[in-house]
Amino acid sequence: MEKLDGNVLAGHLADVLGWDATGADARCMHCGKHGAVALAVVYASAMGTVARCAHCDSVLAVFVDGDHGRTWFGMPGIAALEMTR
Amino acid sequence: MSSRRPAAWHVATVVDSRPETPTARRIELDVPTWPGNDAGSHLDVRLTAPDGYQATRSYSIASAGDGTHVVLAVDELPDGEVSPFLVHDLRAGDQLELHGPLGAFFVWSPPAPGDTPPPVQLIAGGSGVVPLYAMAAAHAASSDAAEFRLLYSVRTPEDVFFREELTALAAGTPALPVDFVYTRRAPAGWPAAPGRITRDLLNAATLAAASEPLVYVCGPTPFVEVVAGWLIDAGHEPGNVRTERFGGS
Amino acid sequence: MSFITRGFSGRRGDRDPHLPPGQTLVHDWPVLSAGPTPHIGTADWEFVVRTENGARTWSWEELRALGIEDITTDIHCVTHWTKLQMPWRGVSLDRIWESVETEHEYVMAHSYGGYTTNVPLEDLLDGKSWIAFEADGEPLDPEHGGPARLLVPHLYFWKSAKWIQGLVTMPTDEPGFWEQNGYHLHGDPWQEERYW
Repeated sequence: MEKLDGNVLAGHLADVLGWDATGADARCMHCGKHGAVALAVVYASAMGTVARCAHCDSVLAVFVDGDHGRTWFGMPGIAALEMTR
Repeated sequence: MSSRRPAAWHVATVVDSRPETPTARRIELDVPTWPGNDAGSHLDVRLTAPDGYQATRSYSIASAGDGTHVVLAVDELPDGEVSPFLVHDLRAGDQLELHGPLGAFFVWSPPAPGDTPPPVQLIAGGSGVVPLYAMAAAHAASSDAAEFRLLYSVRTPEDVFFREELTALAAGTPALPVDFVYTRRAPAGWPAAPGRITRDLLNAATLAAASEPLVYVCGPTPFVEVVAGWLIDAGHEPGNVRTERFGGS
Repeated sequence: MSFITRGFSGRRGDRDPHLPPGQTLVHDWPVLSAGPTPHIGTADWEFVVRTENGARTWSWEELRALGIEDITTDIHCVTHWTKLQMPWRGVSLDRIWESVETEHEYVMAHSYGGYTTNVPLEDLLDGKSWIAFEADGEPLDPEHGGPARLLVPHLYFWKSAKWIQGLVTMPTDEPGFWEQNGYHLHGDPWQEERYW
């Protein structure tokens, strides 16, 4: 059971988005604060990886790695994510 | 989404594996499709068991720059699932599945021509030194004239990663000042008793907030959070303090 | 395309007929969490059951006064570890449900800190679940869900909601936190109901 930061999301985000979004600005749907994804508070365990807003603790994103190569990704708390074209 | 070095899955071949400390191993990999990586980057290693079970863990990369030779320094965690395998079972010639380079936030690049680079303070807790060593080495290999310092908290002298390389950097031109904090046992003749880093030690051994350095802190979560808090108290702007927390297993 | 890593077999042990499929016996008690550990004192603690007919609340003392029993049970985590014959103490849901009237057949368990998990009512009653206060002879540690957690040992252990605050009945089965994110709605270890 580890409390980490958003840096550990890089691999999962690269798989989902095709690019490493840890430097990207994300806005929390619950409190409205925004900051780099790398600043999120991440709870990582064998159940899954849960990224929470560093300001209000709301769930920003969830990754679950299941059996047979199945992975689930949810982004219930990110209102918007900035990309640089 | 463009990137000079996009993340991708690669097949790596182990070229060499040797002890780094009593609990860690330096692993050198040949990765023909590697696009190179910035200093501070990490990669994910994914292991697959015969029944299809997979375990993935992140490891910071000790090497930086262009090229297809990738160096890791992996510390064995007592209850680990992946690190004991990498430290004890991996052999030259083995192949590993890697995802990388990863890490858009906790990286250092030499400044562009014409940029005025800020000074950089590196603060490492234990194996958190790996990405910071990569930054110090990349800085020394570049023509960047900014001041760099490293503060390295470690249990005992035997637990120091990249000891020879750090000694060479400390003696180089420009020299990299390296301050050690020994938490369990110090070398013979060390002027201080072993013990955890303190606020006073931190302030004495790091670049002052007034010089507005970029500060990179890496190590176990409690270490990073305490040190980052002290840095903010000392006047460093939160935006200048970059952190990477390491976990177990 | 992944390939098998030479020499790697993972942590799992051999098949054991006493264990559900895919489980490995452990003797420690791993902690897995999705967020910060809440710290609730028993003086402030309340347990609520809410149905279509209203809500009923118990304080710490009131709930315990319903009758605490000893339970010895196996627990199975979906992340492949099993602990056998673990001693627990708690109040049976059957005692609590004596004061509850509902037509609903499903329940959402709510925890202090916001965690949720859904369980069919028939998987909670008839001696199948408890509100548990002690494990291994000690009051439940906050990191393991103390002061009280739901205990539903015949389902995967993510259904045994830590830091239990209340149960809300539902007419249909709705997914809780992990169930929204890939885990099975029901979670029977003997049927290996792990994921969607």
